[in-house]
Amino acid sequence: MASQWKFTTKDLAEKPEILISGHRACAGCGPATVYRQVLKAVRGPTIATNATGCMEVVSTIYPYTAWSIPWIHTAFENVAANAAGIETALKALKKKGRLKQENVDVIAFAGDGGTYDIGIQALSGAAERGHNFLYVLYDNEAYMNTGIQRSGSTPHGAWTTTSPAGRVIPGKPEYKKPIADIMVAHAIPYVATASPAHWRDLMIKARKGIEANGPAFLQVIAPCPRGWRYDISRTIEIARLAVNTCVFPLWEAVDGEYVLSAASKVIALKPDRKIPVRDYLKAQGRFRHLFTPEFEHIIDEIQQIIDRRWKRLLKRCNM
Amino acid sequence: MAKIKQEIRALSGDEAVAYAVKQADVDVVAAYPITPQTIIVERFSEYVHNGEVDTEFVCVESEHSALSMSLTASATGARVFTASGSAGLALMHEILYVTSGCRAPVVMAITNRALSAPINIHCDHSDSMVERDAGWIQIYVENSQEAYDSILQAFRIAEHQDTLLPVMVMLDAFVLSHTLESVNVLPDNAVQRFVGMRNIPLIQGHQGKPVPFKLDPDNPITMGPLDLYDYYFEHKRQQEEAMEMAPRVISEVHDEYARLSGRNYGDGLIEPYRLDDADLAAVCLGSTAGTTKTVVDHLRKRGVKAGLLRLRTYRPYPTQEIRAALQNVKAVAVMDRSHSFGAHGGPVFHEIRHALYDATIQPHIVNYIYGLGGRDMPPTLIQEIYTSLQRIAKTDQVEKPVQFIGVRE
Repeated sequence: MASQWKFTTKDLAEKPEILISGHRACAGCGPATVYRQVLKAVRGPTIATNATGCMEVVSTIYPYTAWSIPWIHTAFENVAANAAGIETALKALKKKGRLKQENVDVIAFAGDGGTYDIGIQALSGAAERGHNFLYVLYDNEAYMNTGIQRSGSTPHGAWTTTSPAGRVIPGKPEYKKPIADIMVAHAIPYVATASPAHWRDLMIKARKGIEANGPAFLQVIAPCPRGWRYDISRTIEIARLAVNTCVFPLWEAVDGEYVLSAASKVIALKPDRKIPVRDYLKAQGRFRHLFTPEFEHIIDEIQQIIDRRWKRLLKRCNM
Repeated sequence: MAKIKQEIRALSGDEAVAYAVKQADVDVVAAYPITPQTIIVERFSEYVHNGEVDTEFVCVESEHSALSMSLTASATGARVFTASGSAGLALMHEILYVTSGCRAPVVMAITNRALSAPINIHCDHSDSMVERDAGWIQIYVENSQEAYDSILQAFRIAEHQDTLLPVMVMLDAFVLSHTLESVNVLPDNAVQRFVGMRNIPLIQGHQGKPVPFKLDPDNPITMGPLDLYDYYFEHKRQQEEAMEMAPRVISEVHDEYARLSGRNYGDGLIEPYRLDDADLAAVCLGSTAGTTKTVVDHLRKRGVKAGLLRLRTYRPYPTQEIRAALQNVKAVAVMDRSHSFGAHGGPVFHEIRHALYDATIQPHIVNYIYGLGGRDMPPTLIQEIYTSLQRIAKTDQVEKPVQFIGVRE
């Protein structure tokens, strides 16, 4: 049980790495840190499946692999169906007495492209059918593997190679899709958001998701220095700033009941701790074009939408 | 002859498939409904809901997910079945290649149905013909009896360690899928003895020691990695090697099943019908072969030396067997129930020509595109084809190598 495992640094140090060194992720890669933290939270025998994307590419170039647990990748849009297939096979083999292990957990990993856009059908279907697995969305807010193209997750105003900072249209006109709320609306047992800056919170949530009796969804903000245009040393700092500006508040919904997590609860209780969105945007080159007289009003617009979403979340959390 | 007492059941092609899957100790079925495959999943749902099978049956949200689930369930060590056709098979297209590339021995029934547009639910072979390069073994059946028999054989063929390739078994929409036939079924225990348990072969694991080829926490392996120009080509070459092994496996499994059931379909690859001394031969796949056989019998009574070659296994393509079967006839009519637009003939036509290119004496070969979107192919039209073959044999001339038959021009 999650409660019996303390997630102390001593515990973590004793736990072997599952995603081992030698993989080809960029320096400062947010997703690689997210994977490491999630995989520190596994409870026993586990099978992982991965959508096409950065982390599939950097962790498995044949004949090398960074995975020390069984792992499979098949395509981009179907990782939830893949997890469902593994889970169903395990169930069938167990029923027939042909599974050696008492229990095997299943984790699906996908980026935002594989989740918000091309993968949402398979995800929604698997959630509706109640397959027992943890889905981890590493959200770096664009198609980074193909060269930083906009996705349904890319925030308003952000530069990407398909939402360039043009003279007429300055970055992405649309807003980020509230994917975790969409998953809560599926009435699945566990949904949470997490940030690698709050690693213990992330690990406890990953473990809760693994232990949930049914589909669990974990959305993790995963800054990408290449796509977000910041120095590789600042990944965790930016992941923390996303929380402290309420751009990416931390919460969990257990059986549909929203609860704010500690890092965001502090801000709810002491609103003066809420940092202006401007500081978050300023730290990233992908928003640089907004800091011009012509487009500065967009920063206010972003602040407004963030405030509105934050208010709505507080209401859901009865705060 | 068969030593086992078999039961005669009135089953449609779809029901025969579902019954075979019920008997074959399948661990996971994941499927999405599409006309005319629906009876397969409906009957199977009844088996599940009445407790007649302990298969995990999942009604997924699309064919894409049906095959994605089947693939990873198979990679986890389960015996897996799915079924589709037409637009559903087209939606699976991407994952067909991934399934064969991952060497996952999934078995799939396809009710051959036309592709849109215009939308049409009736039989032609366009859906599976476009997938002939996807790395799956393809078996086309003539009747519901053969559908039942072929599904049982398919598990053995797919899971054989020399092949480890997915198998699709094609039955014609409505003509077979929805038509009742007397089907001889084997007793459950005989089927279970024949199909056995899925055998997982050992492969060389990451540390160099032999490990079972599946997702197993005790022996972790990485499946479906990024594979670039330095190894991808070798892996594709290995798939072709498996295809080269497949004809032997298909024939062996076919012969073993024939000894058990008393039923055989040629050598499992091709089925020649009254072809030994024939001057004129038609070539076709699927249920049209049944009609053509009666036309051949009729012509034979009139002294016309007519014969038929039914292709049962289309992938791997039995080139040598086809050449041996056809090289002594004077004229061949290839009947294609699909068309390759702009290619001057259907896919079967092209490949029959390819098979006969190396024959010592090449017969005349013509192509008839027929039956698209379920257009009927009555004996009279088939007779017309043989009449034109008679003319070709007599004049030693082909006027129109490719024709559409049974269509308003």
